[in-house]
Amino acid sequence: MLTTFWQLWISAIVLGSIIGCGVLIMYTSKGMRKEETTQTTGHDYDGIEEIDNPLPRWWVFMFWGTIVFGFGYLASYGLGNFKGFLTVTVDGQEVNWTSQNQWKAEVQAFEKEIAPLYAKYSATPIEELIKNQDAVQTGQRLFKSNCSVCHGSTAKGAQGFPNLTDSDWLYGGEPAQIVQTITNGRQGAMPAWEAILGDEGIKNMVQYVRSLSGLEHDKAAADAAAPLFLQNCAMCHGADAKGNIMVGSANLTDNIWLYGGSSKQIEFTLRHGRAGKMPAHKEILGDNADAKIHLLATYVYSLSHK
Amino acid sequence: MSTAFDHPEYNYKVVRQFAIMTVVWGIVGMAAGVLIAAQLAWPALNFDTPWLSFGRLRPLHTNAVIFAFGGCALFATSYYIVQRTCRTRLFSDTLASFTFWGWNVVIVAAAITLPLGMTSAKEYAELEWPIDILVTLVWVSYVVNFLGTVAKRKESHIYVANWFFAAFMIMIAILYVGNNLEIPVSLTKSYSIWPGTIDAMIQWWWGHNAVGFFLTAGFLGIMYYFVPKQAGRPVYSYRLSIVHFWALISIYVWAGGHHLHYSALPDWAQTAGMVMSLILLAPSWGGMINGMMTLSGAWHKLRNDPILRFLVVSLSFYGMSTFEGPMMSIKTVNALSHDTDWTIGHVHSGALGWVAMVSIGAMYHLIPVMFGRKAGDMYSQALINVHFWLATIGTVVYIAAMWVNGIMQGLMWRAVNADGTLTYSFVDSVAASHMGYAARVLGGALFLLGMLFMAYNVYMTVRSANQAAAAGTLAPQA
Repeated sequence: MLTTFWQLWISAIVLGSIIGCGVLIMYTSKGMRKEETTQTTGHDYDGIEEIDNPLPRWWVFMFWGTIVFGFGYLASYGLGNFKGFLTVTVDGQEVNWTSQNQWKAEVQAFEKEIAPLYAKYSATPIEELIKNQDAVQTGQRLFKSNCSVCHGSTAKGAQGFPNLTDSDWLYGGEPAQIVQTITNGRQGAMPAWEAILGDEGIKNMVQYVRSLSGLEHDKAAADAAAPLFLQNCAMCHGADAKGNIMVGSANLTDNIWLYGGSSKQIEFTLRHGRAGKMPAHKEILGDNADAKIHLLATYVYSLSHK
Repeated sequence: MSTAFDHPEYNYKVVRQFAIMTVVWGIVGMAAGVLIAAQLAWPALNFDTPWLSFGRLRPLHTNAVIFAFGGCALFATSYYIVQRTCRTRLFSDTLASFTFWGWNVVIVAAAITLPLGMTSAKEYAELEWPIDILVTLVWVSYVVNFLGTVAKRKESHIYVANWFFAAFMIMIAILYVGNNLEIPVSLTKSYSIWPGTIDAMIQWWWGHNAVGFFLTAGFLGIMYYFVPKQAGRPVYSYRLSIVHFWALISIYVWAGGHHLHYSALPDWAQTAGMVMSLILLAPSWGGMINGMMTLSGAWHKLRNDPILRFLVVSLSFYGMSTFEGPMMSIKTVNALSHDTDWTIGHVHSGALGWVAMVSIGAMYHLIPVMFGRKAGDMYSQALINVHFWLATIGTVVYIAAMWVNGIMQGLMWRAVNADGTLTYSFVDSVAASHMGYAARVLGGALFLLGMLFMAYNVYMTVRSANQAAAAGTLAPQA
């Protein structure tokens, strides 16, 4: 809410400027000739003279037209504390136009329109819905608008963003687990081990981790790190290093690397930790969110279940 | 006809200096524009080099064409016009000389600092605080010198061109300083004193008036002298010039809010900015009508006077873009046009079609006078004609490409499938824009090519004038 002073201030400037234009037209029209002329005003500037022609009538009409339109527009959309006469429908209520209400009204009307279609899809379990091409296509389109920024338009991910087309799942690949991930998000938390393992320990651990996926490694160093792994890492990654979907710890034996599998990249992960974040989409997806998540999960599930 | 030697009482040196630099900076600024346009079509042209990348060269392009090219044109013409229409020498030759050298130091400083990434990050106000201070000093000297000249005029009245120049330079002084108030943290970095949304509002108060006063009011001053002069006809209506002048300068100031439609700016402020923009239509067209109708009875001159063609076509583009602007500021239209290439097309129909063309026409009229020839008596009229067609076709290709791209982008972004999903991803719209971007490079390159013809024509005009002076055929009258 503007204070009385500011309300008067802005009204004076806006309305004053517009009314001023009207006054200006009327004032300048006083004593104006009716017809075009060749009579000049009598001035001569470096050879330039000015004719005393009247204001073109159509131009004056146009000027008045924009002034009237301007007042109409202000009356519709408002000025300061005056809210204007234009209304939109939000949550079933007639409310004053604001840019936010306009947005809400448009989105709500649209969501209402598509709700029946989505409800139909929601009734079908995901395992079955992947056979419905239309549903998968809708899921794919939703994915492109909402997910592809991180996971890529082909869902193959990028460094730090999981590939969703393979069978490796940090938090589980069953439909219910995928729905859970999209709805509430996930927060990865690989701690930084620099302080605990020390330089030597980190270097050895890199070799051990590489050995788990059968990559080229220094055997002596890897052997030296094996007991450290059981002490420090097995808690989350498991003694067999196959990870745990309950905490989202990675399987280290499958040669699939979220943050890269080179010695340098593994060393960085070990030293500084990682904090991957999948945002919760329940809020982001707005109305029909559950139905949209159902379709998104259908698309994602279909990628590894042809 | 008058030549430089007819008026030894006027300071033509500063006019001559600014006129030549108008051509030089025009070529530099437009070449930068063609390069960045090409970068958008073919990103490899960024060469993975920071100081050659789009983000740094784009402000260089805008600053060079607006303030270097447009600025020099305004200095040259306003100094020329104010002396001739007030029948008196400039108020101060020292200040005139300071404005020339100071302004060009500003331009060179901009050309160095912007590619180095030194920027205050506000559009059309990117220059850092030490350069801002120099700009302010130069500008105040300019205002003092101009108004001082008007004050000591030998005419009883002040010609309309000078009203526009005075309004433009006073408003630019206020807005430039207001928008650039900033707290320096080092020699090359500062932060705006305005917070958040207020900063955005102040920025567009300035930004839109860089268009409204620098690129419109100032160039209407140019129009009001060179159109009647080149056509040899009286101005159509004195009365019309009064109404459209006062309405234009009082309304333009409040139109900036339309740049912030559907943003965090309070809705009523957006609405107020929109209403002011729409009411600007008639005042803007007042200038176009007054220029166009000045030609009544002299239309036949268009057939063989390419300079007059430049001036008249510039007025057509002015009329078109000042119709387009108010339309685009209406919320419903803006919802489609905002953030698309349509905006870029709109700006360039004004910048190429109006500002550049009227400046070029004025320069072709004025430069021969500066070198002891008759007004408009360039080395080659045929080359002016070639320039005219290159500039016109280049502008049309440019703005058509941006219209197509802009409307396509706006429609693609809002296209929705029957299942409620977006039809296109953002990248789809970028890929679809490629043709338009390539066409824009062509349009810009044609315009630039025309400027090169101009440079050659100016060079030959100066050279033949110098030869004539050496041979004594154009000796100053005793």
